Order: sequence, then C-alpha cells, then structure tokens
Amino acid sequence: MTALLEATDLVKHFPASRNLFGRPTSFVRAVDGVSFHVEAGETLALVGESGCGKSTVSRLVLRLIEPDAGSVRFEGRDLLALDANELRAFRRQAQIIFQDPYASLNPRMTVGQILGEPLALHELVPPNARRARIEELLRLVGLEPRFARRYPHEFSGGQRQRIAIARALAVEPKLIICDEPVSALDVSIRSQILNLLRDLQDRLGLSYIFVSHDLAVVKHIADRVAVMNLGGIVETAETDALFAAPLHPYSRALLSAIPVPKPQAKRARIILQGEMPSALNPPSGCRFHTRCPFTVERCRLEVPELRQEQRHGTGHAINHAVACHRVGELPPAEAVVPSDGGFSPVLEKLVAAFSHPVEAAAVAGVNKVSTSGGAEAEGRER
Amino acid sequence: MMASPLIDIQRLRVLFHGDDGRTTHAVDSVDLSVAHGATLGLVGESGCGKSVTSLAIMGLLSKQSSEVSGSIRFDGFDLLTAGDETLRDLRGNRLAMIFQEPMTSLNPSFTIGDQIIETILRHRGGSRRSARERAIQLLRRVHIPSPEKRVDEYPHKLSGGMRQRVMIAMALACDPRLLIADEPTTALDVTLQAQILELMRELRSESGAAIILITHDLGVVAEVCDEVAVMYAGEIVERAAVDDLFASPQHPYTVGLLGSIPRLDRRADHLATIEGMVPNMANPPAGCRFAARCPFVLDACTRAPPPLRELSPGHASRCIRAPLERLVS
Repeated sequence: MTALLEATDLVKHFPASRNLFGRPTSFVRAVDGVSFHVEAGETLALVGESGCGKSTVSRLVLRLIEPDAGSVRFEGRDLLALDANELRAFRRQAQIIFQDPYASLNPRMTVGQILGEPLALHELVPPNARRARIEELLRLVGLEPRFARRYPHEFSGGQRQRIAIARALAVEPKLIICDEPVSALDVSIRSQILNLLRDLQDRLGLSYIFVSHDLAVVKHIADRVAVMNLGGIVETAETDALFAAPLHPYSRALLSAIPVPKPQAKRARIILQGEMPSALNPPSGCRFHTRCPFTVERCRLEVPELRQEQRHGTGHAINHAVACHRVGELPPAEAVVPSDGGFSPVLEKLVAAFSHPVEAAAVAGVNKVSTSGGAEAEGRER
Repeated sequence: MMASPLIDIQRLRVLFHGDDGRTTHAVDSVDLSVAHGATLGLVGESGCGKSVTSLAIMGLLSKQSSEVSGSIRFDGFDLLTAGDETLRDLRGNRLAMIFQEPMTSLNPSFTIGDQIIETILRHRGGSRRSARERAIQLLRRVHIPSPEKRVDEYPHKLSGGMRQRVMIAMALACDPRLLIADEPTTALDVTLQAQILELMRELRSESGAAIILITHDLGVVAEVCDEVAVMYAGEIVERAAVDDLFASPQHPYTVGLLGSIPRLDRRADHLATIEGMVPNMANPPAGCRFAARCPFVLDACTRAPPPLRELSPGHASRCIRAPLERLVS
C-alpha cells in the first residue's frame, strides 16, 4: 500500500549571505536529507528544538517553499512535478494550521468570508449553498453558526484557532499540517483544541503532521514521532516505543527534560551542555556530537545513517530507526523519561467531571460523521 | 513559632481605570506571604492577575491608570506607601525581577556588561573596574561560557537561552532577597528550560533568596516550587504546599487545570476541558467567580463570594464544596 505522503531526501538550504553579484556565499542548512512517510488516518509528530528545521519540513511538503533536492509523493504522485493548476488542486488535499491564530486570520474579513474563500477558490460549493456549508463548518469545530458575521478580533485565541481549523477543513483535505497549533494557547483552551483535533481525525479520517516542541502533547496526540536535530531526523518510532525507550542520545535528552506535574518525580535528567550549533555551519559527522555525552572520534568524522533497529524480541521496536554510531553501546534507556504517576483514584474521578462529551458531534452533519467516538471515549475514561 | 515572612501581602487589590470609564478588577483581595529562601509558584491562565500582582510588588504599575490598595510588607517597608526614591533603592537591589522575553527586557544599544555594571554602580557604588569584575563573575555564575569576552557583546549576539542567563545575572547583581521570575522559561526550548530551572535551583540554594515564580506551566511548578498559589479571575482560589496541591487539589479550577494537561503516564482519549469563559472582570459575578464553569456548582455558590478557607494546615481553598473527596466517594 502506498503511503498518503512520502518525503524522500528533502533538502533545503537558505542563502544566508550574498556577494556583490547576488550569488549566495553561505547557506543555512535548514533541512538536510529528511525522509519520512505518513499513512492515511495517522498522526506523525515532528519534534525538536527551535531551528531544527521542523517548520521548514512542514512547508516543503506543501510546496509552500520549494525544496532544493528530494521528492515528495502524495498518494503516489510526485508533487514537485505539478504545474501551477495541478498544485492548486493538490492544495485541496493538504492544508496547514499555524501557531499564531492572531496572525493567520485576515482581520478585515469576516469569519464567513474567511471560510467562504477556499470554497469559492476551489469551486467546491455553488454560491447559493455556501452559507449553509460555512455554518456546517463552524458547527464542526464547535462554534455557533451566527459567528459567521463576526470579525477575528471578536474572538478569543482558542476560538480563533477553531476558525483556522474550520478554514483548513473547508476543502475536505486528507492531510492537515499542524504547526505548533496549541503553543500559543492557555492550558485549558489547549486541551479543547487537542480534543477537537482528535475528534475530527476520528470522524473524517484525517492524517496530521503535528509539529511541536511540547513532548507531553506529542505523547498524547501522535501515533509516530520523528525527532529532528539540526536539519536531520535522528530517530523515528511509534510514540509508545519512543517514550518507553528512546535510543538516540538527543531524544533521551529531550524526553528527560520534560517538566512533569508531579513534585519529586523520579527522573534521570540529562542536561545538555552548551547550545544548539548554528545550521549555518553545522558540525561535521554527527550533528549532535558537540553536545553528546557519548561522542567518540567516529562521531566527528562520519555522518550516521538512520537505520532500522532490530531490538531483542519485545515486539516493540519494529518501526524504530535511529541515526547513531554508538546505539548498541549506550546505557539502557530505563528511567530516562520522567514518570508523572498518573492520578490517584479520587483525583481521576474529580477530573472526570471535567470530561465533557464531544461538542457538536451530533449536529455536524458531515457525511463521515460517527458519533460513537466521543461517547465511547467518555465511557472508557470513567 | 514561625519567623516573620520575607514578604507579606495583605488584601492586595488592583483596579484599572480604562479610558472608556470602565473599571477592571485585575487583582482582588490577594493575601500572600513568602518565607526567607522559599519558592512560591503563582499559577494561572492569561488574565488571571498573576503578572499584575508581581508588577504591584515591584511598584511598576502606572499610577495614572491603576489603583492599588492593601499592603505589601517587605523588609520593614510597606511597598505600597514607600516613596519612589525608596522603591528605586529596593528594585534591582533587594528586589529583583526577570521577565519572560529577554530580548525586550535588555537594551539593544548597550553591551550586556554595561547593563549589569549600571545596576551594580547604582546600588553598590565603587569603581567601574570593580563593577566590571563583578559583572564577569556574575556571568560565570550563570554558566555563560567565556564571560570575559561575552561581557562586551550586545544582546542581539546572544541566543534566547543566553539572554535569559544575562537577565538572571543582572537580577542577581546585588544579591536580592526576593527574586520575581515572570514566566522565565516560557519562551525557551525544553532543553534550555531544563538548564535555566537547574540554574534557578542552584542559585536559590547558594544565595538563600526567596523566589516568586509566575507561570502557567504546572510541570515547572512541580519541579521548583515549595508552595503554590493558584489564581483565577484576580483571586487566589487555592494555596498549598506543592506536594499537597498535586496529590489532592481542593479547588475545582485546579482539578480542571490538572486534568487538561496531557500526562505521560495516563492514557486518555480526551483531556479535561473547562467549558465557558473567564468572567468579565469589569463586572465580576456576585458569588464564586468560577461557578459558571464548575461541574460541582450549587445554588449557594452563586449567592455570596466564598472565603479562602483553610482545610488542613497550609492548604486553603476558596470553594464551599471542599474537601472535594466527599463529592466523588
């Protein structure tokens, strides 16, 4: 079966300085040989520190910026071969939601106009049916249909992010790229948006590429994770496998640093010394070697390849790939990820009082809707 | 039995008078105290009044547009009645503050050395040369590599994590007794956040300064604080030792917050959500301010404002239904 999206050896170098004649003289190597795939209905998370290239990757797969090398295939079709018309048609299949809902909505357009634009652009809905579709979209993301007449400034951050999600859904895409969609939101609002994204996935069969630096959020939402450092993927694995036993020293440092809401949580925190090197002049060999506690000579010289791990038959690490020369010699990964211990039974019951049935599930009226998702989840949580 | 606290805030209230004639109750009857060397976490979401509380302590609220009442006792002074000159002597000296965004709180047209030296000369005097020596020492103390060189650099040459270290170095310049840190790690990556939190812990144990850490991140609170105060709509709704708060929260808002963060060890298809909105603080509700969003609400909740009530030593909640265990057993 072909994957929904397959990116192979993506490269993007941005010119950082130019000579007198406008020729680039140095480059920021934002993305340097990145390959991954996303299956239909799946969530792949891209994680890493600021500047690791995760946002650039998300723009490359939509061709919002053009890669210097590599290929992106969507349902088997090569995106880089598309002409302008075909590219516009492809944009119906894949959409993006940005971090800052204050900046990504045009302040001079009403919500109705914002949602109507993609419908008109792609000639999806005849003009006389647009209003109904806009109202349907608003209900789908848990907003009231009458909001269509309002402007973005009249909404809170969480509501604006819902509008951005509705706009992405307007064209009935198969893939949505979520670039830090909840980072700018307060915790209680954040949980609403995360719940919404998950419901929409269940109901509409969406795939997500979820770009985030918040690892607890990633653990919650993603099926698979790709960890990026300085323009390259250093580890990919199923989410549970990665959090159970991260292999790459960089992944371990990241996961060990997660602040958990439990005082005196057991942890073996790995504090990286120094800062992320510049992508302008990345280190030779393994790009993590300047900060890695396990560096040997080979790490400075040879670039490690991302290789599938064959780990002792736990059945866990089937899809676990890591780019580290010393992966076999590293200390065991136990206790790297801090434990927050979950909730006490009493607290679990109290929290359940805040677990609301999925909003708008019953009224959405979209073809693929099944109302079972929310109700079941409720039952399971109790 | 208890030694007198380093800072003791009583009935702090901050009103903002808007241009349109509306008055917003940003902070209402907040009582807080922090012991010498302790770390208090002040937690809440945007607009709950946590930052305004810290600005009131620092005397940084504009006198034209805000009205501050109550008392803030610190080190023998009442900060609310102290004159501007006294406040200027205290700020940067015994009282220091770190802000969230280190780029906007450093002056881009002076070297980081100049900015640290300015603080030292203002409060400690002495020669410029000795102040420079001290600045280099401070940069070393916050683990900035090659501080002799860095001291002459401008803020734009430093990364976000480094800038936050410079801010901390500056705050520590005169050995403050109280350090207020307003979301000090929010703008940083998780690996840098870990470094800065480690640094704050280290400095606290070395210098014995008390810290008020303002954050929306309960994970950060659990890591560095001894005590926590949760704020909602301008009020403290719960106050407890950090272990008690996380093990047995006694205000529904705290429960909702805890349930809404994804946990590493808990599998839930749906996170808890707190429905509804924060009340309009120009016209706060008569009863409990959380009542409209609370799943445990009773009629009595909306009638009169609930008092902050101590349930067990050191654990207080502004909820008439507490202790909450009895609601689910």
